[in-house]
Amino acid sequence: MLTVTPHHFLILSFILVGIGFFGLLIRRNVLLMLMSLELMLNGINVALLTFSRVGNNLDGGIFVFFIMTVAAAEVAVGLALLVALYKKRRSVLSDDMALLKN
Amino acid sequence: MMSTVDLLFWLFATLSVGGGLSMVFSKHPVSAAMFMIVSLVGVAALFVLLESFFLAVLQVLVYAGAVMVLFLFIIMLLDVGPDAAKQKITNWKTGIFGFFTAALLVYLLVFLGNSNDFVNEGTSSWPALIEDSATSGQSLPFSTNVSSFGYGLMTKYMLPVQIAGFMLLAAMIGVIILSKKDVQQKNDG
Repeated sequence: MLTVTPHHFLILSFILVGIGFFGLLIRRNVLLMLMSLELMLNGINVALLTFSRVGNNLDGGIFVFFIMTVAAAEVAVGLALLVALYKKRRSVLSDDMALLKN
Repeated sequence: MMSTVDLLFWLFATLSVGGGLSMVFSKHPVSAAMFMIVSLVGVAALFVLLESFFLAVLQVLVYAGAVMVLFLFIIMLLDVGPDAAKQKITNWKTGIFGFFTAALLVYLLVFLGNSNDFVNEGTSSWPALIEDSATSGQSLPFSTNVSSFGYGLMTKYMLPVQIAGFMLLAAMIGVIILSKKDVQQKNDG
């Protein structure tokens, strides 16, 4: 008999973090890199809520709340930076942002 | 035989992981944003399965609502559609190294995390774990209703709430200054 245990939620959260990390590493489009970052934060949120639920403790849930706040602010600032960069470079690909290379 | 909760878990786990993978591998940024919304809604449903209804609502409102609309708005503002979509999403070397690094990360999280016994293998059903955990007098007990959430935010977490509000204000001012028209001219001149 198969029932869902905390392990399932934790492993799912690790897989989500891994997918987000993978996307952050391989994608060249900075917009997609920001989205992958959001996916990583979501995976972390699942793990935090699982521990909160299992440990009978509301602190994890409140921490998820703060992570959401920080993520929303981070996306706003990141996208504003990207727009400012796009005005100068006419590109959203990270390959074209190699001014400091060499 | 699978119960309804199991079925829902596997459904929404597939939805979130599949949405995430499709997001990573989709060429067009708009379709990537749509897959991301699918993934976020799947995660919101997982929050419901973890009995955090308030956070599930917040997840749909903040992420699937506000953040992804902001992403779509910027994608359409920059118009990165067809030109960027024609190029390959990555080169094969980066893909291989990225895959192995991400696989290593997941491996370390799963197997080294299991070697510690903060989640005990023997008593992994919900009620047993809840009875096992020693809750100190300071910590707030897990609750499903919103009012206890608000109580926690307004008492124990008063300072973090104010810092978060201040950080949102700073982010707003920063975004306004970054997106002002004369930033570019000032830098050019």
